Amino acid sequence: MSAFSRLRLDGVSRRFGGQAALTELDLTIESGEFIALLGPSGCGKSTALNCLAGLLPLTQGSIWQDERRIDTLPPERRGFGMVFQSYALFPHLTVRANIAFGLRMRRLPREETRRRTEEAVRLVRLEDHVDKLPGQLSGGQQQRVAIARAVVFEPSLVLMDEPLSNLDAKLRLEMRTEIRRLHQSLGLTTVYVTHDQEEALSLADRLVVLREGRVQQIGSPRELHNRPANWHVADFMGYRNLWRGRVDRLDGNRATIESSGQRLLGEAVGDLRTGADTMVAVRPEDIRVDGPGETPNAMSAIIEVVEYQGRELAAEARTDTGMLLHLRTEQRIAPGDQVKLAIDPQRLLVYPADAARRTDLPASGSEAAR
Amino acid sequence: MATTTEAPPTRPSTTTERRRRITARPAAWIVWGVVIFFFLNLLGVVASVLVSSFGQRWFDTWLPDGYTTRWYGRAWDEFALLQVITVTLQVSVLVVGLSLLIGVPAAYVLARRSFPGKRVIFLVFLLPILMPPITYGIPLATVLYKFGLAGNMSGVVLANLVPSVPFVILTMTPFIEQIDPRMESAARMCGAGLRTVFLRVLTPLLVPGILASAILVLVRTVGMFELTFLTAGPDSQTLVVALYYSMSASGIRAQQSVDAMAVIYTSMMLVLLVVALRYVNPTQLVARVKDEPEH
Amino acid sequence: MSDAGPGRPLAHWQHRLAERGVDRQLWLLVPALIFVVALFLYPFFYGLTLSFQPTNGGPFSDYARFFSDAYERGTIWITLRIALPAALLNVLAAVPIAYRMRGRFRGKRLVTTLLVVPITLGTVLTAQGLLNFLGPTGWFNRILLATSLVDEPVRLTHNYWGVFFSLVITGFPFAFLLVLSYLSGIDPTLERAAATLGADWRRRFTQITLPLLMPGLATTFCLTFVLAFSVFPSAVLVGNPAGETRVISLAAYQAAYEQYDYPYASAIAMIMGFVELVIIAVVLAARSRFYTGSTGGKG
Ligand SMILES: Nc1ncnc2c1ncn2[C@@H]1O[C@H](COP(=O)(O)OP(=O)(O)OP(=O)(O)O)[C@@H](O)[C@H]1O
Ligand SMILES: [Mg+2]
Repeated sequence: MSAFSRLRLDGVSRRFGGQAALTELDLTIESGEFIALLGPSGCGKSTALNCLAGLLPLTQGSIWQDERRIDTLPPERRGFGMVFQSYALFPHLTVRANIAFGLRMRRLPREETRRRTEEAVRLVRLEDHVDKLPGQLSGGQQQRVAIARAVVFEPSLVLMDEPLSNLDAKLRLEMRTEIRRLHQSLGLTTVYVTHDQEEALSLADRLVVLREGRVQQIGSPRELHNRPANWHVADFMGYRNLWRGRVDRLDGNRATIESSGQRLLGEAVGDLRTGADTMVAVRPEDIRVDGPGETPNAMSAIIEVVEYQGRELAAEARTDTGMLLHLRTEQRIAPGDQVKLAIDPQRLLVYPADAARRTDLPASGSEAAR
Repeated sequence: MATTTEAPPTRPSTTTERRRRITARPAAWIVWGVVIFFFLNLLGVVASVLVSSFGQRWFDTWLPDGYTTRWYGRAWDEFALLQVITVTLQVSVLVVGLSLLIGVPAAYVLARRSFPGKRVIFLVFLLPILMPPITYGIPLATVLYKFGLAGNMSGVVLANLVPSVPFVILTMTPFIEQIDPRMESAARMCGAGLRTVFLRVLTPLLVPGILASAILVLVRTVGMFELTFLTAGPDSQTLVVALYYSMSASGIRAQQSVDAMAVIYTSMMLVLLVVALRYVNPTQLVARVKDEPEH
Repeated sequence: MSDAGPGRPLAHWQHRLAERGVDRQLWLLVPALIFVVALFLYPFFYGLTLSFQPTNGGPFSDYARFFSDAYERGTIWITLRIALPAALLNVLAAVPIAYRMRGRFRGKRLVTTLLVVPITLGTVLTAQGLLNFLGPTGWFNRILLATSLVDEPVRLTHNYWGVFFSLVITGFPFAFLLVLSYLSGIDPTLERAAATLGADWRRRFTQITLPLLMPGLATTFCLTFVLAFSVFPSAVLVGNPAGETRVISLAAYQAAYEQYDYPYASAIAMIMGFVELVIIAVVLAARSRFYTGSTGGKG
């Protein structure tokens, strides 16, 4: 169905005044892929999407659809569909007319417009609401209309800008499944913007992580989850424990680290030298409580704060050497408990610390890590 | 808008309460007194025209000697009012239509976009409203006469467009700003070109604004004296201008038939006013001050 | 553009123009631009050049003629003497009344609607009404006589006062509605906050409301002044167009349509526009000294 086999962004950049919102984005999108653009607020995700859509002029770079340059085309001639964060439904048109809008723009025969509209309505399960105005719908229903409107004319590429961020947690989960289902059943090519790493991991075939307008890493959900390319990405992907340290010994990929008087053994990711400053990243769920005493990375700590989170507990602990740890466990612990902790060296990632800016280590873990 | 403006302090002490009442009362009385005095005079102004237009003979008495409607017939024939009213309506409709056609797209660009020279352009559009009509009316009439456009209806329409288009721009801008620009982006992503976005998405959403500004331009055009006066020929007078001529030539015509004509004009304006107030807030009839650019 | 990466081409020229805000949408501005150039700027500059090409004499002789003739020169003073007090009175009277009437009360809609009436009546009709109402045998003088406030009718038409009243009748509602809309744009909680800090109503008004209102008052004054300054029909109809209300617009009109001296008429129109813009510029300059940002209200 897709009208192209690959879409290539070549050095796409965008500046607002003197400030760079997006810097040299190179990305190739294969037909049928589900790509998530991921990053903290203000990192340029929407900018990238709008540049791709044609809603923002580029400062540099070009966009190619197979061998055709498309960045000079106005948005209506690119044939992409887009779902907006605030839905942007036409308030004066009924649900049916909203969905049919793109088909009418393409001057399809009346009969076909009707048929395809009905089909899209069924697809997003809005049969009972077709004659309502958008103002009379709930948030989730509006969201479905927006999605139906964007996919009904079988666009070669669907762009979604945080489509679920206005919904409550439960609805968000439902709609997430729905979007994935639509993507598969219609054979769409999708670029999806979100700042929620869980959403991105569960939906996408490939993730693009942005930070301050620059691509940090492109990879599969598994790669992103297990092997963030740098500590910023790790921070964003839920590695809540970030400690500064210094490389003691380097043995192939095995690195021995000295951090706040604690000796740690971990996996080196990226360029490391002995004696270099490093950033150590560990996920809270990779810290085991009451591990066998003689494993590497064993430490004893006192539990300080405990949050109840259903099956699990999230806790903060402080080691004898004064290090603060975030951990998750199913064991019953309480503030003041003395515990033995252990971390699998495979799951303790060692990154080079940034040379230039060493102060921007977040005070506590990022929002998305919850 | 809040219901109370004189909200008491969180813990109203009795002394401040009492003082407020004592000072508030006379002030309120004075204010209302002034307002009522103003309205009484206004009533007198309007009623004296109305009464006179129905009076048989009115000279140095409280009320006329008797009442009649014949002045209306007289005025209708003497001043060729049918023709005058037709011209008034034609001119108004043309001015409203043209100023909307010219003004709304311009208002859109000025509301949405920033581009080099925008401030200058905005100022130029503002000037015709800030200048007294006579100032630019006289050179404008001179130019229009030079091109043979004045002295007939086209001149009247063109001259009236000068303040109307900026007025449309000023009234439409806030309405356009209210529309989420993502609505347009969404339409374009659905494949709508610029023209379609305008016709299918913006125009329906702008209907309230367009109605408001149309009715405001209508009221202003019907009431616009100076520009019409400077550019109208004998066959292209609107009602105000005809009224002015009949008044300045009073003495020749009976005072009452001039009054009758004034009443006809007033009723026309009042009808427009009633219609206008259905669509717009009274303050909008005056000006859209909020939208002037801050310096 | 400066730090384009090595080997990275700049974006397509269309993007670079669009970046500066230049794209196809600007075409929508073209009809309005043609309009304003053809019907406003061109005539204006035509008038300006015409005013420097008098029927006889050097380029400035029409201006010299205006300023050397006391009868002509005086029209500026006459106009200002009518327009400035009228505009000032309208604005100043509107403030306390609007201050009283902001907020909601029964009949507010009626009051504001009634106030719109004189605006729509326009100057011509007002003039006619004033002639009837304020004339020597009109109701106003009758009441004064009947209540023995005066011994003989007061002369209120065909002189300065007739024009002044006509300006008040059309200008006051205008000023009032504007001031009211500015006032309701000021967040009422600001005054309540001042009240909790111990300010009485007088100080709340002078310290909080009035400073926030000042820019609005300046704009109102300007717009009211423009109306009053271009007074024309009422100056002829209820004034004394040969003497004390021979305003400058009348002088311009007479030059154009009675003497058919268009260069001279243009010169007078230019002088008129200049005087008016000077006064507006002064007021707006004063206005810029006040806080003109958001006042937190509905608008
Ligand atoms: N119109 C604009 N003018 C100036 N700067 C802008 C504009 N739009 C975005 N920016 C800046 O560009 C950067 C990237 O913005 P963008 O909207 O792409 O962020 P985002 O990743 O979508 O964030 P969020 O998750 O909060 O939506 C931000 O620093 C923002 O301040
Ligand atoms: Mg965004």
